[in-house]
Amino acid sequence: MLKLQNVQTFYGNIQALKDVTIQISEGEIVSLIGSNGAGKSTTLMAICGIVPPRSGEILFMGQPITHMEPDRIVSLGICQVPEGRRIFPHLSVLENLDMGAFLRKDRSQIKRDMEYLFELFPLLAQRRHQAGGTLSGGEQQMLAISRALMARPKLLLLDEPSLGLAPLIVKRTFEIVRKINTENKTTIFLVEQNANLALKVAARGYVMENGRITLTDSSENLLANEGVKKAYLGF
Amino acid sequence: MDYFLGLFLGGLTRGSIYALIALGYTMVYGIIELINFAHGEIYMIGAFTALIVISVLTLMGMNTIAILVIAGVIAVVYSSAYGYTLEKIAYKPLRAAPRLSALISAIGMSLFLQNYVLLAQTSDFLPFPNLVPDFEFMEPYAHIIGSAEIVILITTAIVMILLTILIKFTNIGKAMRAASQDKTMALLVGINVNRVISFTFVVGSATAAIGGVLIASHIGMINFYIGFIAGIKAFVAAVLGGIGSIPGAVLGGFVLGWTESFATGYISSDYEDVFAFLFLVLILIFRPQGILGRSDKHKA
Repeated sequence: MLKLQNVQTFYGNIQALKDVTIQISEGEIVSLIGSNGAGKSTTLMAICGIVPPRSGEILFMGQPITHMEPDRIVSLGICQVPEGRRIFPHLSVLENLDMGAFLRKDRSQIKRDMEYLFELFPLLAQRRHQAGGTLSGGEQQMLAISRALMARPKLLLLDEPSLGLAPLIVKRTFEIVRKINTENKTTIFLVEQNANLALKVAARGYVMENGRITLTDSSENLLANEGVKKAYLGF
Repeated sequence: MDYFLGLFLGGLTRGSIYALIALGYTMVYGIIELINFAHGEIYMIGAFTALIVISVLTLMGMNTIAILVIAGVIAVVYSSAYGYTLEKIAYKPLRAAPRLSALISAIGMSLFLQNYVLLAQTSDFLPFPNLVPDFEFMEPYAHIIGSAEIVILITTAIVMILLTILIKFTNIGKAMRAASQDKTMALLVGINVNRVISFTFVVGSATAAIGGVLIASHIGMINFYIGFIAGIKAFVAAVLGGIGSIPGAVLGGFVLGWTESFATGYISSDYEDVFAFLFLVLILIFRPQGILGRSDKHKA
């Protein structure tokens, strides 16, 4: 479904991604783990067209999207929940969700999707007229995921969904991720520093170090791998 | 009392015009954090376009109200095209450059447009016909407020209401607000931010052109330089209200209009501008974010 082939990106003269090759099939949950500054978020921003690669190719369902405008990429069905959630702080919860559905025209269907999400996250329904910036971290996470789902993505990119959240909410977030994957058949690419969590929900994983993919395997094998254990799992 | 009321309404009228122009400054600042110093020139071009259209239509012998409306519409379209092009050639290529570059580009465009109109027209003041007839029902109040002023107030109110609806409830309005809060995230939900920025320039130019036509028909003469002083005043209004805030621009416009009107009426007309700028200095000292501005860390 998604294929990154020898992708290289630069911020000015600093190379952020070196020869990154990643492949994700339809219906999978795949994780990308690595330490802070390894280039994980840059990988997602490259896929979304925010930081276009200098060389290499990105294919989505066989179509090259390497130098496409970000809004075209969203319209093809790729959505990202970025690091730090980036809720529009002065838009209400409802307006944030509206923005998630910005490119859709089917009003009645949009309404139904919103009802579905409000059922899934009753707290958001209660706060629908409140400004996004006044929500708690956990509520913002739910809103960020909901906003992405409003676009009905085929591929959902999640950047550090566990960051800065209480353990209980992290657990709930990952349950939701699994639910989205099984119920909506949405393919998920999960970026995490918390390797333990990521590898438990994903079937396969990639390990990134200094902008390079250094290892890829099934989650099971990665969890058992000595190097991964030492570097990312803390034993 | 009538004197006071007259000054109050005069200030309100003047403030409406400042508000119409200040909206463009504040909307553009809200979305790309640039003070568009060429904005006053867009207003001036609106007034000139209207003058040309009016001259032609008057020769054709049309009824005055129809002339005013047609001239207004053409001025709006023409100014919007200028605003759109201005952004495309002077600001868009500098989007990633340091902020100072775009600011210098803005000042350059301002000078360019002034001189272009100076060469195309003349440096003399040109008479601008007063097209608003004296309404009969206004006669008992004529010593307080004129018909032209009523037209200005009503038009401004309509524009403000339409603009509020646009920004609050339409998709493009929500996209404007989203893009001004977080541009990257706006891109990630599929908003074409470049298009939103262009749209902002078009709307801001349109309101400025409406202001230009209204005030030119009220004051009765225009030249290539009117955009400069009006632009500076409107900029003061936008800063007063809190730059980036739309209700702030409107309130700032009114406050500035009243300040000038009362200062002129009770003290001396020589000090009109002094009071306007004194007020700006005081606001900048005691409430730098403006009356309605939020001291948003994100926006700092």
